[in-house]
Amino acid sequence: MTTLQQPATAERRPARPPGRGNRRSWTGWGFIGPFVAVFALVFLAPIVYSIYLSLFRDQLIGGNTFVGADNYTQALQDEQFWASLGRVSLFLAVQVPIMLGIALLIALALDSGRLYGRDFFRIAIFLPYAVPAVVATLMWGFMYGTRFGLVGDINEAFGVTLPDPLSTDLVLASIGNIVTWEFVGYNMLIFYAALRVIPHSLYEAAEIDGAGQIRVITAIKLPAIRGALVIATIFSIIGSFQLFNEPSILRPLARNAITTDYTPNFYTYSLSFNGQQHNYSAAVAIIMGLITMVIAYVVQLRGMRKGA
Amino acid sequence: MSSTSSPATTASPSPSAAAPPADAAPGAPRLRTRRRQHSPGRPRRSVLLTVLTGLVLVYTLVPLVWLLISATKTQQGLADSSGLWFADEFALWDNISQTFTYNDGIFTRWLLNTLLYVVLGAGGATFLAILGGYALAKFDFPGKRGVFAVVIGAVAVPGTALAVPTFLMFSKMGLTDTPWAVIIPSLVSPFGLYLMWVFATEAIPTELLEAARIDGAGEVRTFFQVALPLLAPGIVTVLLFTTVATWNNYFLPLIMLKDPDWYPLTLGLSAWNSQAETIGGDVIFNLVITGSLLTIVPLIVAFLLLQKYWQSGLAAGSVKE
Repeated sequence: MTTLQQPATAERRPARPPGRGNRRSWTGWGFIGPFVAVFALVFLAPIVYSIYLSLFRDQLIGGNTFVGADNYTQALQDEQFWASLGRVSLFLAVQVPIMLGIALLIALALDSGRLYGRDFFRIAIFLPYAVPAVVATLMWGFMYGTRFGLVGDINEAFGVTLPDPLSTDLVLASIGNIVTWEFVGYNMLIFYAALRVIPHSLYEAAEIDGAGQIRVITAIKLPAIRGALVIATIFSIIGSFQLFNEPSILRPLARNAITTDYTPNFYTYSLSFNGQQHNYSAAVAIIMGLITMVIAYVVQLRGMRKGA
Repeated sequence: MSSTSSPATTASPSPSAAAPPADAAPGAPRLRTRRRQHSPGRPRRSVLLTVLTGLVLVYTLVPLVWLLISATKTQQGLADSSGLWFADEFALWDNISQTFTYNDGIFTRWLLNTLLYVVLGAGGATFLAILGGYALAKFDFPGKRGVFAVVIGAVAVPGTALAVPTFLMFSKMGLTDTPWAVIIPSLVSPFGLYLMWVFATEAIPTELLEAARIDGAGEVRTFFQVALPLLAPGIVTVLLFTTVATWNNYFLPLIMLKDPDWYPLTLGLSAWNSQAETIGGDVIFNLVITGSLLTIVPLIVAFLLLQKYWQSGLAAGSVKE
């Protein structure tokens, strides 16, 4: 293991100031050891354990038996699983572009220097990030309500009947709105931070060439923050596939619309904690993890290649 | 299988991230101010753009305003009055005192639990991230690239996919339904490690460490007396983000804890909310709303007071991305 990594480490050396401070020794392990130990306990061990679990089945008769890939084949034919995956995929395809699009527009607006009160905008739009998903969902859930929510107020004030945001047709969009509200500011800040470090000489050159605002954005700004865009996209994909908090907290208000297999994560949770099907649940979770990583990987490859 | 494929997923940004930063990054924070000082054609402010951005601002602030106003209403007032204006009766202080005293002051207990999880969980996570980031930035040790790849790759592993096996493991170890079940998983922050690695790389000159060693200082003393003070802004950033993660954590305590006495605020509020559904359950939406407000105030204050630190911290992090 170490011999494989040696050349790679040696390669990086010249990039740093040469000195005895970087000599290769075990001293560094004294500092990183504690992190690695806890990491192994809460990340690596559960992954290994969950692979182990997914290969067994706990039956009333015969007890815990090895079933090979049975749980996986069952999951791949499980309509509930595919329906939940379809739901989060739809969510991903609609909510993520909207959220990242708004975040990017705000970041560009802040960076353009054309706003009044830029610092206030930046901090105020970021604030929802500090609000727990529980509170965000409770708040929006109340506001969606027709009892003392804003939707009820609007209906009353204008004498209209808005569609119920918590109905089966609209609840996914309502969840998307909550997630957008929570993370639009965070993504905006990531983009903004990346925009701020673009060397100013690039803008000067563009000005000499007579490039307009739009041209500066498409030719300089967007390519320069491509890395940040890719990272934000990957994190949003992971977040969408893991969707659990918002639907599970909203469920008491929308029992019929949000089922316990609403998202893949909700499904594995229900399998494990309501159905005691730990082994099958582990297989579903692993399949979901693999799908997430494959998609994240593809996005990263494509994102990095474009114009690179 | 997922453990082997996960490093591959995100290992590739790390080399590209690792290669340029050493010389590209230190200029980053300075660039910001330099740019503001002599930007040639200073753009004109635009009212239209400000108004358009203002729409998004309204979107982000309306729920918070709604929460603030609703916290001043009684259960009856919530039902009777419009959501964005005050009811006749101003019941904020009454709501706050009820929130703290309801059910023998369980809310206070939840608040203290949350503080415990934050101090030990987020504090511990930050400490481990500082040590690890320092090691990655300033030491060359066997297996270093492997550690880096695995940890960065782990970011892509859906955290909740690990929840069930972690629960089963912890339950075998007898840790479930104890504070440790919440604290131990909170101790690992790959994002924190990454940020500290970035920070330590640029904030600590290697020559300084060598000078300390030549003067006969041991590694531990060098770390605490030379490196640690230089890392202060990075530490504030990481501490703030791990605090948010721990304070806002819902899924982990949900699966690990059964006893309401160990609930954090998030879980407690959710329990109060679903209480209205149970037959004969006390309907206390006014307390759910006031409790929600009390839960978010400390974090919002922390973010506002410490903006200088975390904004520069994020900026430094984004350079690498």
